[in-house]
Amino acid sequence: MSAAFLLDRLFRRERIEDSLEEELRFHISERAADLQRSGVPLVEAERRAKLEFGGIENYKEQCRETRRFHGMHGFFADLRFGCRMLWRNPGFSILSILCLTLGIGANAAVFSWVEGILFRPYPAVAHQERLFALTGMARGEAEPTDLSWPDFLDLQRSCTLVDSFIVTKITGTTLSIGDRAEVSTGSIVSANYFDALGVHPILGRGFEPGEDSGRSAHPVTVISYQLWEGRFKGDPQIIGKTQRLNGVLHTIVGVAPAGFYGTFVGWAMQFWVPASMEEIFEAGGYKLEDRGGRWIEAYARLKPGVTREQAQQEIAAVAKRLEKDYPDTNRGRSIKLWPLWQTPFNNANTLLPTLEIMLAVVVFVLLIACANVGNLLLVRSFARRHEMTVRMAVGAGRGRLVRQLVTEGLILAACGAAGGLLLAHWCRHALVLLLPARGGVAMHLPGEIDWRVLALSAGVCLIATLLLGLIPAMQTRDLDLAGALKAESAGVVGSGRRAWVRSGLVVMQVSLSFVLLVGAGLLLQSLQRIRNTSPGFSTHDVLETSVNLVQAGYDAPRAQNFQDQLLDRVRALPGVESAEFARMTPLSYGSFSSTPIAVDGYQPPPEEQPIVQYNEVGPDYFATIGIPLMSGREFNRADDEKSVPVAIVNETMAAKYWGGRNPIGERVQVKGRWMQVVGVAKDSRYHSVRETPKPFFYVPLRQNFARGPGLNIRTRLSAETITAALTREVHALDRNLALFEVITLQEQVDRSTSPQLVAVTLVSVLGGLALLLAAIGLYGVMSYAVSQSTRELGLRMALGATPSHLLRLVMSRGLTLTASGIVCGAAVALASTRLLGYLLYNVSPRDPLSFGSAFLVITIASLAACFLPAWRATRTDPLRALRD
Amino acid sequence: MFNSADILPGTLDLLILKAVSLGSPHGFGVMLRIQQISKGAFEVEQGALYPALYRLEEKGVLASEWGVSENNRRAKYYRLTRKGEKRLREQTDTWNRLAAAMATVLDARPSEV
Repeated sequence: MSAAFLLDRLFRRERIEDSLEEELRFHISERAADLQRSGVPLVEAERRAKLEFGGIENYKEQCRETRRFHGMHGFFADLRFGCRMLWRNPGFSILSILCLTLGIGANAAVFSWVEGILFRPYPAVAHQERLFALTGMARGEAEPTDLSWPDFLDLQRSCTLVDSFIVTKITGTTLSIGDRAEVSTGSIVSANYFDALGVHPILGRGFEPGEDSGRSAHPVTVISYQLWEGRFKGDPQIIGKTQRLNGVLHTIVGVAPAGFYGTFVGWAMQFWVPASMEEIFEAGGYKLEDRGGRWIEAYARLKPGVTREQAQQEIAAVAKRLEKDYPDTNRGRSIKLWPLWQTPFNNANTLLPTLEIMLAVVVFVLLIACANVGNLLLVRSFARRHEMTVRMAVGAGRGRLVRQLVTEGLILAACGAAGGLLLAHWCRHALVLLLPARGGVAMHLPGEIDWRVLALSAGVCLIATLLLGLIPAMQTRDLDLAGALKAESAGVVGSGRRAWVRSGLVVMQVSLSFVLLVGAGLLLQSLQRIRNTSPGFSTHDVLETSVNLVQAGYDAPRAQNFQDQLLDRVRALPGVESAEFARMTPLSYGSFSSTPIAVDGYQPPPEEQPIVQYNEVGPDYFATIGIPLMSGREFNRADDEKSVPVAIVNETMAAKYWGGRNPIGERVQVKGRWMQVVGVAKDSRYHSVRETPKPFFYVPLRQNFARGPGLNIRTRLSAETITAALTREVHALDRNLALFEVITLQEQVDRSTSPQLVAVTLVSVLGGLALLLAAIGLYGVMSYAVSQSTRELGLRMALGATPSHLLRLVMSRGLTLTASGIVCGAAVALASTRLLGYLLYNVSPRDPLSFGSAFLVITIASLAACFLPAWRATRTDPLRALRD
Repeated sequence: MFNSADILPGTLDLLILKAVSLGSPHGFGVMLRIQQISKGAFEVEQGALYPALYRLEEKGVLASEWGVSENNRRAKYYRLTRKGEKRLREQTDTWNRLAAAMATVLDARPSEV
């Protein structure tokens, strides 16, 4: 049905409604005139004309019914009538639509995030429903691991239920194009990447089979549309040109289509290189033939009709076989498929708990918004009682009235939904604002408003409609025709059935707000506790940065030399207490090296190969980063290539593998090499502040060279102050080297806890919104109650009540509502805050402080909301109140 | 004399179409015309005319517009649409054939069977 047709229908209906009356009146007066001409007196003539005509209202309704019967006149009439009613009360309508916009908008925004981040994160990829994430699992450990390239090849060869396995590994480089250098993210991928995803480059080609094999054999790259358009100015001749990536010239073979951002939730990829170039981009050397080198993240696209369980069985069988064939590297290892929304290796995983909570929170907000609008509708239905009764008297059925009210609800909800979708559209990129850029690259977490989100929002809108329509519709039940025109008698403050419904709605609002505020309080405390938890190293006074020697094409001896020289220069800077390199900064995104270990005198349980992660660090590392040594010594410059390999283990590792014996002087086998334990370091956090202590050890950088380590500097200077000096020292050694961003370790901790920050911010914002809506609701109910009972208030005053009596009367009534709301809210909160689960850290779900502050905030808000109506009650003029 | 309950279904519609085709401008005129040409044989409750008029208009056989009556009052004037003219011809034919057939049947004597 076209819009023009609808408008015409609406318009025509209006004309007919008005003209029906006129047409029938014309008939009657013509007949009366006829009768008069034949000698009947005027009054008698009019009476007879009406009598002959028959039941005029009855015939009118028949005419309307005729219209209704043809086409959708009934609905359009309701719609038109509804619009007119809403138009007549602009204040009411705007407030209602605003409430609903917030309620439905919050829902639509969260839906769009859930869709764009969890369910359909890669809009350019065909058939995402068949795409699953793939990781390794080590027996006895909950955390998934990466996969090795040879394992991937075996999977690809052996699995029949899987269309294709796709490898991707996030990496980064500094892109120097023209005179601008910028950090950008990219992916190391298998050659089938673009074909398997169904993404067709708009220029050039994707990767060809075989380009992912051979050590550094295929220096080719596909660049993103954004990079092509922005940095290469949309050069149509781009294909075949070369670009230096990490010091190696790569030929640009393709440009990905606009809207394809790669397959890593959280970042927009700028370039893709085939896995054969792994060594150029990954620390830790050539790993394509190393089954123990686990570094890749992967996806599997199942064949149509294959379930995850079926594919998982097949993959598990392959993993079992690999375990048997290669026990040294694969014992105790399995491989697991994950739905996209649980992908463990990207930001889907970190945002999942937050988004789950948000889904519940926005339902609360919607309910509160609906309760508010419901209350407004009730006030209005009271004012419309007369209209409703008259309509019933002239023969409109109750169903007809309910239909009218539901239609009005639908108009409100539809306007709210339209506004809400607009809101959601504006909020698409809001999540990114809460997450800091890392390494100079902004995150990319767009919401996705597709038909599924639209359908869900429409569903929410329908639910809202029913809620809104049915609340006043309940009231039509007590319409009584006989009392039609009797004036509504003024009641006692907030008495009667209607007041009961309205009060019930307010109690519900207060209790839901209370739950949200308790949740916000709990999350806030968790965040504070996480950020105040000592990660086991100094977070203040230690800065972290890096110089990418890989990108500059340094070979090992040159890099070693550079690192030594730079360290000497940095240590000589004024204000620097100490400085040292380490391959990995704790809590950063990236993988620690890991190795199967053997320990003299430790017999691992059968079926289990102990695997431990470790970090390669320089001599001054522990002093610089502030991890205390419990016993033994630090590494020193003498621990170099020529001397005995040594290691420092942490407390948990010492306890687990040496069981109370002093490990110093004992041996541990790492990648086939025996190392002597020279020290025990205090436990600290490695991946996440929240992790439980786990075995970990350190080896000297000099005995385990890595080209791209991070530089840790202990100083009281700020990052900004020292950056210039650091850049100068780096450039003094090599003009072509770029210094990565300089941040404090506290910043590193904060970044690793940003999902908690997102949760806190969102729940607080929505909690505040809920509180505001609830306060408006309470205010509305109280001020309406006061305006309806001026007679009673006046009477009380006339009988000697003082203004303070009246103030107390109204305030106590309002606070009773609040108190009931808080009691209900506390009950709900006690039962439900456990659901915050993962997001809570060292905070009891029944934390008294959070409950206390929610109580306080709500009480203050309701005092404020009740005060104005109460004050107005004291201004009642007893004389006028009684006279009116 | 027939009252509205006795009229065969569809008969009122046909009467209205006929009356309008004879140039009966508004609802009141249509009623007068029906009374006049049927010589008072059909007596319809006057209001019942209007739902029928609305129904016919909704079916697209009548069209209406507002005009001014002889005594300078606004009145709603009806006219046949092209579809209405066709409907009137068809229904007149149908009615005549039916009436003739009914007459033949009802005139039959035992000897003719």
